[in-house]
Amino acid sequence: MKYLTEYRDPVVARALLARIKSTATRRWVLMEVCGGQTHTIVKQGLDELLEDAVEMIHGPGCPVCVTPLEQIDKALQVAARPDVIFTSFGDMLRVPGSDCDLLQVRARGGQVRIVYSPLDAVELARKNPDKQVVFFAVGFETTAPANAMAVWRARQLGVRNFSVLVSHVTVPPAMCAMLDAPDNRVQGFLAAGHVCTVMGWREYEPIAARYRVPIVVTGFEPLDILEGICLAVAQLEAGRHEVENQYVRAVRRDGTVPARHLVEEVFQLVDRKWRGIGEIPRSGLGLRAEYADFDAEIRFGLTEVTQEESGECRAGDVLRGQLKPFQCPAFGTRCTPERPLGAPMVSSEGACAAYYNYGRFRQAHAVSGTTP
Amino acid sequence: MTTTPITQGLVCPVPHRESERVLLGHGSGGKLSAALLRDRFLPHLANPALAALGDAALVVVRGNELAVSTDTFVVSPIEFPGGNIGSLAVHGTLNDLAMMGAEPICLSAGFILEEGLPFDVLERVVAAMGAAARAVGVPVVTGDTKVVERGKADRMFINTTGLGLRRAGGGPAPDKARPGDRVLVSGPIGRHGMAIMAEREGIGFESKIESDSAALWPLVQPLLERLGPDLHVLRDPTRGGVASALNEIAAASRVGVTLEDGVIPVPAAVAAACEMLGLDPLYVANEGIFTAFVAAERAEEALGLVRSHPLGAEAAIIGQVTNDHPGFVILRTGLGGTRVVDLLPGDQLPRIC
Amino acid sequence: MCLGIPGRVVDVRDDLGLAMGTVDFGGIRREVCLAYVAGEVKPDDYVVVHVGFAISMVDEAEARRTFEVLREMSQLEELDWMREVADRSLDPLGGPAA
Repeated sequence: MKYLTEYRDPVVARALLARIKSTATRRWVLMEVCGGQTHTIVKQGLDELLEDAVEMIHGPGCPVCVTPLEQIDKALQVAARPDVIFTSFGDMLRVPGSDCDLLQVRARGGQVRIVYSPLDAVELARKNPDKQVVFFAVGFETTAPANAMAVWRARQLGVRNFSVLVSHVTVPPAMCAMLDAPDNRVQGFLAAGHVCTVMGWREYEPIAARYRVPIVVTGFEPLDILEGICLAVAQLEAGRHEVENQYVRAVRRDGTVPARHLVEEVFQLVDRKWRGIGEIPRSGLGLRAEYADFDAEIRFGLTEVTQEESGECRAGDVLRGQLKPFQCPAFGTRCTPERPLGAPMVSSEGACAAYYNYGRFRQAHAVSGTTP
Repeated sequence: MTTTPITQGLVCPVPHRESERVLLGHGSGGKLSAALLRDRFLPHLANPALAALGDAALVVVRGNELAVSTDTFVVSPIEFPGGNIGSLAVHGTLNDLAMMGAEPICLSAGFILEEGLPFDVLERVVAAMGAAARAVGVPVVTGDTKVVERGKADRMFINTTGLGLRRAGGGPAPDKARPGDRVLVSGPIGRHGMAIMAEREGIGFESKIESDSAALWPLVQPLLERLGPDLHVLRDPTRGGVASALNEIAAASRVGVTLEDGVIPVPAAVAAACEMLGLDPLYVANEGIFTAFVAAERAEEALGLVRSHPLGAEAAIIGQVTNDHPGFVILRTGLGGTRVVDLLPGDQLPRIC
Repeated sequence: MCLGIPGRVVDVRDDLGLAMGTVDFGGIRREVCLAYVAGEVKPDDYVVVHVGFAISMVDEAEARRTFEVLREMSQLEELDWMREVADRSLDPLGGPAA
């Protein structure tokens, strides 16, 4: 596939790896923000190949993982209603709420459907006028334009039986929260390429300046990740702390302006709780008052259910990079993808799931001292 | 910018309860399916033939080895590019017999029809079933039909049971893989599952992907005859894909399997569809290919033989068996890294991330 | 936040006031909302698609240019490596390579 598979070229990858290793005079600590980048790193064994030059800490870049428990519980509540068809992206279906998950709601008789695009949910509402169609609007800034358009389109077409349950989060406040933490070890960032495709990179410039960290906007293929790391290491070695764009084929400084405009029209910044991390002020998106009639929380009077989150899931520590998944005492034993204790093990993008599925074998060898 | 300090430490939902009901994932061919079989069925039905958990059961009847296999087909939509539930029901069961090295003798077919199913749909399905059976000379000798109320069956379900005969002396089995064996796949992967996915409401993409549904005995028979006991394992990677099949064999044989990323045949359209949905072709269902574990010194010969048949034109050797990492399937990437290819808990889900 | 795939725009049309189009991803095609690139997009352009929406154009000139840079760099690295290997193969006492 053009503009995709060329960025997996092993010859170029090996050259980039060699360049990173010869440039680094010490072991630097970088964080890749996005779950898709984590996926590539673990799937290709890049962290293993980079070992001495760079330590990659996996950031909270999985919107599925960080969706707060309260929002999952609201989703479960509304999905169980017989008059509702609940629609969602596929990866939300296995995330555990306080009691169960969407797949189990479906097993108990709820109508739960996977959609690829939010517009499919609007179409479903048009075709089923006697039902309420609710769409679980989850994601980072990348997905906000799509979700905003679904709401806008529903209004434009007069589709009144459509509503959205919103749980959007934004990246920059999370990065700052990471950097503000007293135990922060991250020295540079690979910023999320598709978030920046939409938003541009202007809002990262003050972060780089204030915290003196290089931020490289990076894509998702192996060559993108390696090139991004190469640029970040070069900056760190030279004592620079700028925003740089590796993902030039898709990202411009101002992003995609029409997308940002519609997002601003439909959504507003709100305080948002991140599962495993806590509340980060003005780090989420919620519907503006003018679009409140599409808000599922209002339409269905979804009660705030605050649960005591207790247990041994170290999701918070993993998401903040304080703990590698295999260092968690429950990893692979009491917490597995089939019986997850926390979201990072459920989501196919979660760091724990990635490690479980791809890396567990290597760690077993590391522990036993054998060579994989 | 002021921020709230992250002091909440360990936050986690209450540990996930065991599911108390059957979930769709229990039918996916992954870990949930294995657990369902182990925990709900085997305790009540235990016997040696069942316990072997091969693609078909072997029952010795007065010195002859009879192979029996049954499969129920619930695919939706019932008509898809490359076939329909009727042809699939014939191919699927015949292939299970073939994987045990058994020559197929006859089939039975049981139908559960939903009230309101149009006759022309039924006609197309049964016609395809007849054509598929005639193509390999295996008659459907008995059958049954039931009709249930509207809404109680998704248009139509079909069960087929196949009987086959196996020559004395045993045949391929999941626990016969040995270190050094080469792993062969008879054709490109991922076609059936993605052909079905393309038709799913809410996902729908246009594609030229056709199901690979086909009877494999014509490809398997010469291989069995030529290789004899050097053909150690045969398995058709249906639900759960190549990854699940290889994991089951690695577990049964207590060996490790190493795969090479660059040589696994994936049609371009399947690869593209998987990219779009964030799916891994290794876990996508197939209905017209098999994986074979062959003694190292006969591997090239086996490959040549499979490739000489139209159904096997794109066969490839994709890996080998090792003493290292028993029970694990490991993939070597083009970059020199490695990753574990594990059984998934349930179905792969399309992702946004 | 992440799964964005490049695809080639086959056609652009209006669906009740919303710019939509068919996008080809290496042989498979899907309906994609082109509203966010409507100002610049035309058939045969490449766009990045996330959950059924084109979120940006692919800058093909930039892609070509930077890929060439990567290619050259990798060839230089290969040359460096070959030089290193050649040096190491020389006998430390100054005789010809074994």
